[in-house]
Amino acid sequence: MKKDSLLYRVFDLYYDGFRNMKLGRTLWAIIIVKLIIIFAVLKVFFFPNFLKEHAQGDEAGYVATQILNQ
Amino acid sequence: MTNILLNIDAGTIDWSRAQFALTAIYHWLFVPLTLGLAVIMGIMETCYYRTKDDFWKTTAKFWQKLFGINFAMGVATGIILEFEFGTNWSNYSWFVGDIFGAPLAVEGIVAFFMESTFVAVMFFGWKKVSPGFHLASTWLTGLGATISAWWILVANAWMQYPVGCEFNPDTMRNEMVSFAEVALSPFAVSKFCHTVTSAWIIGGIFCVGVSCWYLMKRRETKMALESLKIGAWVGLVAAVLAAATGHKSAQDVAEVQPMKLAAMEALYDGGTGQGLKIIEGIEVPYALSFMATNDFNGYVPGINDLLNGYTTPDGKTEPSIDEKMERGQQAIEALAAYRKAKAEGADEATLSSLLATLNDNMKYFGYGYIKDKEQAVPPIAVNFWAFRIMVGMGCLFILYFALLLVISYKIPFLTIFTRRLLATIGLLPETEADGYDITRLPDWHYWLAIALIPLGYIASESGWLVAEFGRQPWTIQDMLPTWVAVSDLKAGSVALTFLLFLILFTTMLAVEINIMLKQIQKGPEFKS
Repeated sequence: MKKDSLLYRVFDLYYDGFRNMKLGRTLWAIIIVKLIIIFAVLKVFFFPNFLKEHAQGDEAGYVATQILNQ
Repeated sequence: MTNILLNIDAGTIDWSRAQFALTAIYHWLFVPLTLGLAVIMGIMETCYYRTKDDFWKTTAKFWQKLFGINFAMGVATGIILEFEFGTNWSNYSWFVGDIFGAPLAVEGIVAFFMESTFVAVMFFGWKKVSPGFHLASTWLTGLGATISAWWILVANAWMQYPVGCEFNPDTMRNEMVSFAEVALSPFAVSKFCHTVTSAWIIGGIFCVGVSCWYLMKRRETKMALESLKIGAWVGLVAAVLAAATGHKSAQDVAEVQPMKLAAMEALYDGGTGQGLKIIEGIEVPYALSFMATNDFNGYVPGINDLLNGYTTPDGKTEPSIDEKMERGQQAIEALAAYRKAKAEGADEATLSSLLATLNDNMKYFGYGYIKDKEQAVPPIAVNFWAFRIMVGMGCLFILYFALLLVISYKIPFLTIFTRRLLATIGLLPETEADGYDITRLPDWHYWLAIALIPLGYIASESGWLVAEFGRQPWTIQDMLPTWVAVSDLKAGSVALTFLLFLILFTTMLAVEINIMLKQIQKGPEFKS
């Protein structure tokens, strides 16, 4: 790949940037831990899609039952 | 038919609301600083671009670093709100249909592509791209974050003023009929302008506070002085703009959420020429009428007027809550009958007749769930005091930034006059009355600036308290109250996730403050 090509320069921007990070390493570590907690723990174990679990494919019917029977 | 909703524990509603409030408040600790620091660092880098002075480059890098810490800590905190919609507020999520999804999807795409691209250029590209391209990337990072805020606020504004949609009784969803009406709703425009300008105030306060810490420590004096001036200018301009946009927001509220305005003012019996309460018993004559209608003699309904119905001096009639409740019940019954008739294969004429009844009363659909008039009144004390905290702090910030700028510059006559005035009332030492130096002020001046940082957040969060408590009991104004929007969950499971969030958020906040303080303590990296 030519060093003056746009693709290489974009790659180099990110590669060089990530390699020379100092504070950024800590921040990325925090972001990754946070994303794991949010998506792999909270979403999976505590925040299921309620309608998908209860409506059995008939979301409109389920919500109608919920809303109209007050 | 089983009455499922009667089984929902009242605790589920309260815990779900508390959890949403906790998440939103926490998310809003990061967003305003991101939007505010985006302007600050953009101005710093613009100074570098114009002067080519390395001082400005290092200064810009320092503020970008603080922006980066806050940005990293705030990443994905908003996603949890979307989880909560799907789990805790499933009836609401289905009922709003694609109206809520479209702005949030646009926000996700814009946030991801725009911010991730330009943030990378801003942090990694100092030696890789031209100064002009780098400067553009810095401003575009801020613009990306601001556009993200636009779409989130469009979604929020729709809940307060549902426009551009039609309810489909077959799918039980609101369907978007005009994207432009939703995206450019006047309520959304006002909300966006007011929210973003208030976020710039936080940026200004933060910049001034950090600069004052350096001045107190007799460190980085040049950077602190220049940053202080920029922070104060941003703060002053933003605070004045926030006041102007707040006036427009108040008029929107008066028009589409009059109960919220009445609660903000604890106004029970309205009328023309209404005064604005400073606190109970002290009021500015005619100011509330002007704030709500742009007319000193404009009509502002009170809580009792809204409950009992009223007619304005120009003949506009608003029905009573009883009438709205009756029409809401008619809408609910018509919807239930329509769905039953459709399932049983009824003829077109029957279906059309039921649809006509539904459409005629759909405006008051949510009132059909109200059993007691008092349910339609939002919590008054919270609205009253949160509004006063927000406005009071806003006025304080305007005064503070204006004074700070006057004493920071050498403005003929005005600077010395102000300094002598401050010395006379004991706010400046006599020895500083005739000088221009703000690096030798007593420490309490700098502590005051630092103390304004949490006060800025309190003001900002108070604004959201008014916006969200004021629209109770509605998740969607006049359409869906909270107790219908909530999922049929056990209160205990929502309480558990509430506590989990509390621990997680507190830890994250402590980590952010710790990293931020360490970087401030370390300071900018000027070449010797």
